[in-house]
Parts: sequence; structure tokens; C-alpha cells
Amino acid sequence: MPETGKKNFDMPHGTDIAWCPACGNFPLLNVVKQTLSELGLDPKDLVLVSGIGQAAKTPQYVNANMFNGLHGRALPAAVGIKLANRNLTVVAESGDGDMYGEGGNHLTHTIRRNPDITNIVHNNMIYGLTKGQASPTSSLGLRNPIQPNGVVVDPFNPMAVAVALDASFVARANIGDILQTKAILKQALEWKGYALVDVFQPCVVFNKVNTYEWFKEHTYYLPDDYDPTDRQAAFAKACETEKMPLGILYKHERPIYEDELGIKADTPLYRQELDTEKLEALMKSFV
Amino acid sequence: MRHFYNDLSIVLGGAAGQGVQTVEAILMAVLKREGYQVFACKEYMSRVRGGSNSTEVRLSSKKHRSYVRRIDFLFAMDGNVVAHLSDRMSDKTIVFGERERIKESPDLPHFVDTPMTKFANEVGNPIFANTVAVGVILGILGAEETVFHAYLREFFARKGEEVVEKNIEAAKKGFRFGKNIAYQEDIEIGLPRDEKYTKELLIDGHTALGLGAIAGGCDFISSYPMSPGTGVLTFLAEKGGEFGVVVDQAEDEISAINMALGASYAGARAMVSTSGGGFDLMQEGMSLAGIIETPIVVHIGMRPGPATGLPTKTEQADLNLALYAGHGEFPRAIYAPGTPEEGIAMMSRAFDTADRYQIPVFMLSDQYFLDSLSGISESSIALSRPKKHIVETGADYARYRLTKDGISPRGIPGWGQGIVKVDSDEHDETGHITESYEIREKMMEKRMKRLSAMAKDAVMPTEMDNYADAEIAVVSWGSNRSVLDESLGAVRSKKLGGLHFAQVYPINPKVKDLLKGKKIIVVENNHRGQFADLLVRELGVKISKRILKSTGEPFAVEELVDTFKQYA
Repeated sequence: MPETGKKNFDMPHGTDIAWCPACGNFPLLNVVKQTLSELGLDPKDLVLVSGIGQAAKTPQYVNANMFNGLHGRALPAAVGIKLANRNLTVVAESGDGDMYGEGGNHLTHTIRRNPDITNIVHNNMIYGLTKGQASPTSSLGLRNPIQPNGVVVDPFNPMAVAVALDASFVARANIGDILQTKAILKQALEWKGYALVDVFQPCVVFNKVNTYEWFKEHTYYLPDDYDPTDRQAAFAKACETEKMPLGILYKHERPIYEDELGIKADTPLYRQELDTEKLEALMKSFV
Repeated sequence: MRHFYNDLSIVLGGAAGQGVQTVEAILMAVLKREGYQVFACKEYMSRVRGGSNSTEVRLSSKKHRSYVRRIDFLFAMDGNVVAHLSDRMSDKTIVFGERERIKESPDLPHFVDTPMTKFANEVGNPIFANTVAVGVILGILGAEETVFHAYLREFFARKGEEVVEKNIEAAKKGFRFGKNIAYQEDIEIGLPRDEKYTKELLIDGHTALGLGAIAGGCDFISSYPMSPGTGVLTFLAEKGGEFGVVVDQAEDEISAINMALGASYAGARAMVSTSGGGFDLMQEGMSLAGIIETPIVVHIGMRPGPATGLPTKTEQADLNLALYAGHGEFPRAIYAPGTPEEGIAMMSRAFDTADRYQIPVFMLSDQYFLDSLSGISESSIALSRPKKHIVETGADYARYRLTKDGISPRGIPGWGQGIVKVDSDEHDETGHITESYEIREKMMEKRMKRLSAMAKDAVMPTEMDNYADAEIAVVSWGSNRSVLDESLGAVRSKKLGGLHFAQVYPINPKVKDLLKGKKIIVVENNHRGQFADLLVRELGVKISKRILKSTGEPFAVEELVDTFKQYA
């Protein structure tokens, strides 16, 4: 890193941002950029990976490498990037529909693989880009264009699922609290292994129930003496739905996927050259 | 008296799990070491035990590498084989089997009671029956017993000295029996043997494509197992380690292709291997590769569909799938090799094409191609170090810089001072999302214009049998190369000339001249004639006849010979 200090992740002034005024994505975008900067990361060594949705546009507004892929597929792409070059810091960032709905199978299996990536999920409990339909995390009874009488299926609980799958790092934040969110994101980014951060945020246009006030009233911070390495306790906490815990619910240091596959940091795949002598020897083995 | 000077077809049949594959493996290796020119193909059922599977082993004086229906010797390892293969047998077929197991034996014109199990039991275990069977065949052929024994020593070395010795004992019993039978039945084998064949590589289609991938610089594969596409994944898992190939078994095909694209974006030379049904799930990834201009090689090992279809049989019906896969318009290339040599060359080329043009590239094979085994000479393989088409980025790097040829220098994250943004949305030169009609038009133009350069670069088809002077062009693609070659050779008509395509899309514009003034017959393993349709679409030619087959079996030499005779 040059001595000029922290890197700026801001896009050029005047970049058009496609979010609605007062969207919860704005403060989260700022917190993410500040966190990356404060951690001393360099935009050229960072890749932000996203799918589709309003939250998935976040990497568009960050001055860093970007893979803005398909709906639900941020995690597979992120894993591929990390395996090809483990020197890169890889952050998969998208919304609740993208990560928990369309990409649900990938979430499950990325947790199992445990690559060293950070997964930030904007959880506003609604579909924004497609205009107000229920998301996997929408509350029971939430009225929306497709279920006019209200959602009839229980919401997906990403925290409980992640703990059940023994995810390496499981946390939840509320964007109403910038400082705490930044502190949680920092720990997630510094964590070796898969780190899930579910971030509560309001959708000011389509979700009139889960507002800033609602999130404040329905959450609390885990106490200082809470032990995030106790999986049973973490699962119990993750299952609380009346008032939901914020902070680091669960941590478990596990072998990371890159190591398990024997991937070396000194030869990212783009530097790898074919050893033609070895190939000739391999061919000869079929004689 | 039966004599075989030019061609011998031996079919081994048995239930799944009975060891037919082991017999094939040993037999093929020993025959090659003995200097025979060999070819094997197989058909099997979608089950792990039971059913009726068979392998055809051909020995020939010319390089015949195609399926014949004719069976000269049938080795029936269990009772169902004769019924399963009866329509391929004739009065001349000699059936070797155990009388008590083959209920049809009294009615068979040439049945040789071959006590494989009895011999195996004498050695101590019925499991040795497979080795006895190989021994019988080699005895009939009058092969070198020492070569056989040496191979058995290698093959069973891991299992210990006792297993090796027992196998050799079983081999001797079979061999002695075979030698006697050849004498009693007056069988004479005069097939040529040549030292040069002993030095050939004995490989199947899976291996050819796997070697081609490594030769093309492949260093990443993520896939979900699906027959017959799994073999390439398995090959790279087994052999790719020392070449730094990263192998991931994905949770589904959607993940596989998105992961491979992520890896490719970061500088890997990535591929996926699947079959048509698995590729159905990957189509969104094709479209993504198209707009983000990220190279990827997609291997589709074709099998008969729709849906689950015939999981272990063969067909060439996914050409249209590859041709039209993914929403929106974007360029792609499709290769379809017909021999192991072509498999290595085309697979290696596929990686170069994908990287050079920053596009998705297909490798279309099928079960018949993948499971066929033959000898190839090492000198037929040209190896060179793959060229990487990536650049170190400068601080002002823009991933989709508009250029004359539509190819923007491809930077990757982490190499250089630049930022690399790729976007599934329409984007400007920096990769940033846009809804500008003007930029959209420029980007469409930029992406599509690569197609004409790709067409000029496209592999020209191979001409066979005096093609230039022939009145009728008989066209094949993919796995039909050898059966076309052999059938035309057998018909020996000056009117017919073969033209084989190992790249089916885009088609080199020079092909139009090649077809000029000729009637066109297209041979393909599907119901509609998908490649014939493509020739019409691309070249505006007229197709006189489509020779099609979609039973799940490959074309046999005999059926093409019969058909070609009508035009000769």
C-alpha cells in the first residue's frame, strides 16, 4: 500500500444512484465503504460480487472490482473468484431475495465449503426492484401484491439456518445503528472463513411495516458476556423472533475451502503456466 | 474353416457388475501390446447391477474405429446376453459361453461350451472367470502368452502376489482352451500386427477431452455429475492435480457455471462438463458469459433426451440447444470432435478460442464418442504452451473499451493498477450499469462483430475419399467421423465424398465453395437433422437427404454402407 494512507472507495462524483430517496441501502453503502477503507483494503485487491436486485446494485457504487452477476448467483461466482485468486478480498453482497430465495441452495453449500469470503445480506423483508412482493424473510401476514391477504408462510430464518449448518461466522446488524454495523462488518471482513452478516434495513417505499422504528423496537444487542462459540446457545438466540438479537451470534473456526483444496497464495491461477513436459509424461502413461 | 485376415469383431456381453469392463480393459491393453490395431465401444444400461451390457472389441488391418453390428465371436458371460444381442448375430457368429447358463445354446449354429467358471473355480474363485475369458480370446488369436502374463502382473500388482499368480493360472487355462478351440473349429486369425501400434496411446473420449483440456491450459472445473459428462470431471480430478487444476463438485449445475465464470473473471481457464439435462440448468450462465464477455468452455456429453431420456445411450440432439442456449444475442463457438486425436486438438483449441474472443465455447461430444477406446499415435498430438489472452491493467483501465475488432483487452482483478468491473446489466466501457440506447447499440455491435472473425478462424471440415471430384458430399459432424470414413471406404464409389465437421459453429465461409455444385447428404444421430438445418441457415444450401438415427445407438458401418449403395 502506498503511504498516502487509506484508499477511497467512492465512485466519481455525479455517479447516478438508482435507489429511492431515503432507502436503507444508502447508509449501508456508506458503512461498507468506510469499513473497507478503515481496514486499509485496496480497491484493486477487492472484488464485490452481487446478484440482482436493488441491494445487488451496491457494487455499482463502490470504486472496486465488481462481478455483478445473475439473480441468486453471487455466492458461486464469489467462490470461483476466491479459488482462482485467494489473494483477493471477496465480498458477496446482495439482498434477501437474492441470497435467501433464488440463491438458497448456494447459501447452504457455500456455508458447507467455508471459503474465506464475506457475505453481506441487505435484509429489508421485501422485494424492492420488482415492486413490493414478499421476500423469503417477509413477516407472516404482510400484505403485498401477490398475497393481498397477507403472507401465509413462515419467514426464512437465515441466522438459525446458518448456525444449524455450522457456519463459520454468523452475525446480524441493524443499519439504524451505523457504528455497531461498522464494528460487526469489520469483524466479518477480518474473519478467516465464510462470514454471514444479515443487515436489517428498511425499504421506505414498499415495506410500511418493517421501518427504522420497527427494527429498533424488535432488536437488542447481545450482552458482553454472550459466548458466540456456544452453538446450542447461538441456535437458541437465532430462533428468537419477537425481539431479535444483534451482534455476533456464532463463531466457529473451521478449515477453509481454499486450504482444503490445496490452493496456494503464490500462484493465483492467472499466473499458472502449463508444464508441457508433465503433460507429455501423462500422455505417455496411456501407452 | 473361418479365417479373419482384415477384421474381427468380438463382443463381450454380461450383466452390470459382472466384470465385462475389466475383461475389456485387460483385453484391449494386451491386444495393443501385441501390436494389433484395436477399437472398442460399448453399450450399457442405466443400472449398477444386472441388465445386459456389451462391449465390442474390433481388430482390423486398417484403422477402423467404428461400430459394426456384425458379431464374429460373442462371449456370453451370462444367460441374457444371447437374447439381448440376437438381432446382431448370424449363422456365422461363434458363441462362447457356459452351456448350463445359455439356454439358447442347443439352437445356436456355433456354440462353444467354454467352462469359464469351472476353470475359475479350479483356481479357487469364480471371480477369475474374467481372466479365463481373456485367456480364451488370446488363445484363439494365437497371441504371445508372455505379454499377457506380464500385463496381468502389472494390472493386479496392487492386489498382491497371490492374486497375480492365480490370475496367471486362470489365464493359462483359458489360453490353452482357446488354442484348442481354434484348432478344433478351424479358426485362423491372420490379422496384421505391427510394432508401431504397441507404442500408441490407448485412450477413450473422456481421456482425450481431459488431455485436451490440460493442453489448452484448463485450470478450473466446477461441475455436477451427469452421465456421460462426468468422465471429464473425473479425469481432471484424478490427473489434473499436478497441473494445478482446481476441481469443485458443485451443488447444482447453476452453481457450477456461475462458479466457473467467477473463476474465469479472476483469470482461471475454466470449464464445466455436463450432459444436455444439466446444461439446461446452465443456460442463464451462458447468457451471463455472453454479456460479461468472460471465457468459458462448456462440455456437453450428449445422450438421448428429452428430460432423462436414455441416460446411458448416445445421440447428437443437443446441437440446437448449444446453438440457441441463453437469452439474448451473443457470439459462441461449437466444436464437435470425431476421433480421440480431434478430441485433444479441439478441446485445447476451445480454450484458446474462448480466451481469444472472450466468449462461451461448446464442446459437443456424446456417449458413443466418450466411451469408445482406440489407439492413437503420439505424433498426432501437437503440444504448445497455451497463450494467455489477458493484460496487466493500468490505472485508467476500462473492461469494455470499444475497439475496432470488438475485443477489449481483458484485465483481471488483482493484476495491475486498474479496476475490473463486469456487469450482467448492459454497461458502459467501464462496466458500469447503463440504460443508454446509444451505448447499448455500441455494445451490441462490439459483442456481435467478433463473430465474423471467429468464422474466418473456424476449423475447416476434413475431406474424405476423393471429396473434390465427388458429386455428392456426405456430411458428418462429431462422433460420426469414423463410421462415415469406413463406410465410404467400403462402398468405394467415385460419386461419394465425405466431409466431416469438427467445428460446427460458426461455419467457415469458405465451406460454401467446398459444397458448391454438389448434392448434400447429412448423416447425424438425431431425429430432425439439426446440423442439416444449420447448413441451410448459414449457407443457404439445399440438403438432398438426411440420414438420421435416434434410437439411442450409434450408426453401424453396415447400415451406412447399405444406404450409401443407393447413391453410389
